[in-house]
Amino acid sequence: MEKQAKQETIALNGDEAVAFAVKQCDVDVVAAYPITPQTIIVEKFSEYVANGEVQTEFVCTESEHSAMTACLAASATGARTFTASASAGLALMHEMLFVTSGCRAPVVMAIANRALSAPLNIHGDQSDSMAERDSGWIHIYVENAQEAYDSIIQAFKIAEDVDVSLPIIVGLDGFTVSHTLENVDVLSEDAVKQFVGERQLPNVLTHEGKTVPFKLDPDNPMTMGPIAFQNYYFEFKRQQEEGMKNALKRIQEVNTEYAKVTGRSYGNGLIDAYKLEDAEIAVVCVGSTSGTLKVIVDELRQEGVKAGLLRLRTFRPLPVEELRKALSNSTAVAVMDKSMSFGGFGGAVFTEVRHALYDDKKHPFIVNYIYGLGGRDYSPRELRTIFEELTNIARTRHVESQIHYLGLRE
Amino acid sequence: MSREKSWKEISIAGVCSKSSVGFMTGDWKTYTPIRDLEKCTKCLTCVMFCPEGAIKWRPEMGDIEFDFSFCKGCGICANECPTKAITMKIEGE
Repeated sequence: MEKQAKQETIALNGDEAVAFAVKQCDVDVVAAYPITPQTIIVEKFSEYVANGEVQTEFVCTESEHSAMTACLAASATGARTFTASASAGLALMHEMLFVTSGCRAPVVMAIANRALSAPLNIHGDQSDSMAERDSGWIHIYVENAQEAYDSIIQAFKIAEDVDVSLPIIVGLDGFTVSHTLENVDVLSEDAVKQFVGERQLPNVLTHEGKTVPFKLDPDNPMTMGPIAFQNYYFEFKRQQEEGMKNALKRIQEVNTEYAKVTGRSYGNGLIDAYKLEDAEIAVVCVGSTSGTLKVIVDELRQEGVKAGLLRLRTFRPLPVEELRKALSNSTAVAVMDKSMSFGGFGGAVFTEVRHALYDDKKHPFIVNYIYGLGGRDYSPRELRTIFEELTNIARTRHVESQIHYLGLRE
Repeated sequence: MSREKSWKEISIAGVCSKSSVGFMTGDWKTYTPIRDLEKCTKCLTCVMFCPEGAIKWRPEMGDIEFDFSFCKGCGICANECPTKAITMKIEGE
């Protein structure tokens, strides 16, 4: 049994918590381009570099496309690599996100979630990273600055696992988390280094017939990122899916290992359930909204309403079995989406959660609430109306409308 | 013919388990470099500039040699040659 490490409480906003974690993780290369609301991460880390507090090679690129390209190249040499972005910056990386996951480069990227133009908007919603859900990256979304710090440390250990070898996005809600000052318990640099360890490399067979660690190395030359056409492309994509399956297991293990060191865990690492066991009505959300929702669940419980909450922490890989187990006993469930899938049947999270439960014979009624777009505020009073609608559905066993827009002027 | 392998049998990320030396990447070029031996001073500028490494210095011959199996006919050697000793001719002409 490992002994819990000593910790210190300091005041950090979400972005600073990310930069602080990166500083402690002994990262070799950071290539990044600042964009609101991620800017503080890059600024803060630049300060660490300028002050000589880190040995990291910091690359100021001319665009986000270049930033991700530099990260992929650095990661290919075996370097531990980090970047951060948001909104339009992430969208500009789009092409390279697929190349990075396809090259199995375990780059860690923090996304301070922000709306996409047009109209121009700098505020928080999850349209940016949800649009990259099929890019082959692992997606973890955090609730607060503490979890942002913890998740960045965990992210290196998950992504760099030889059986995973996939890049990872850690999403924190723009402004709500990125710019809000909170008390954050931090480990010592030594404790973090010990927890994360050295980067591990999977073995590959090269054209010289040698089995060697997967990295660009003049002593063991190999061809990375070649052409694969009709005969092999499909096989490589199937391998990526296996990496995702392995990540489901690894995320849970790392969550448990981290709890031993810090005393903090986030559900099982995949889903974070709150008063869900006997819940007749439940809300599913991604990100910081769960903070407010917990307060409402507590209020409703005091009033005798069996309400519960499920925060989907890991969106990719989607924890299908865990969602089934956690939600199949409820009668009515509302899934909250802070992004839109125009012309689709509800938002991305709704579509996936509802789909995951389809095969269960006694699955609950499931409705969608789209909310918070472009940073639109959502009050506890408004969030409470979701539970009221769920109570109504559970009582009447009738759904009037599946898709709702919370806080929109009709 | 070797059997094509399953996804479980191959290295990740498309790392090549076979050398690409067997792919004759120069067999579809449009232009071929022709060297004027009288103008060539063997300065080796073309050797340095060839992006394919298809021009080699052969010390035993005291001369350079074009490897047309890999020359793509891009014309960089002709462009860079300080004595204009290399000209590009359309294949087959």
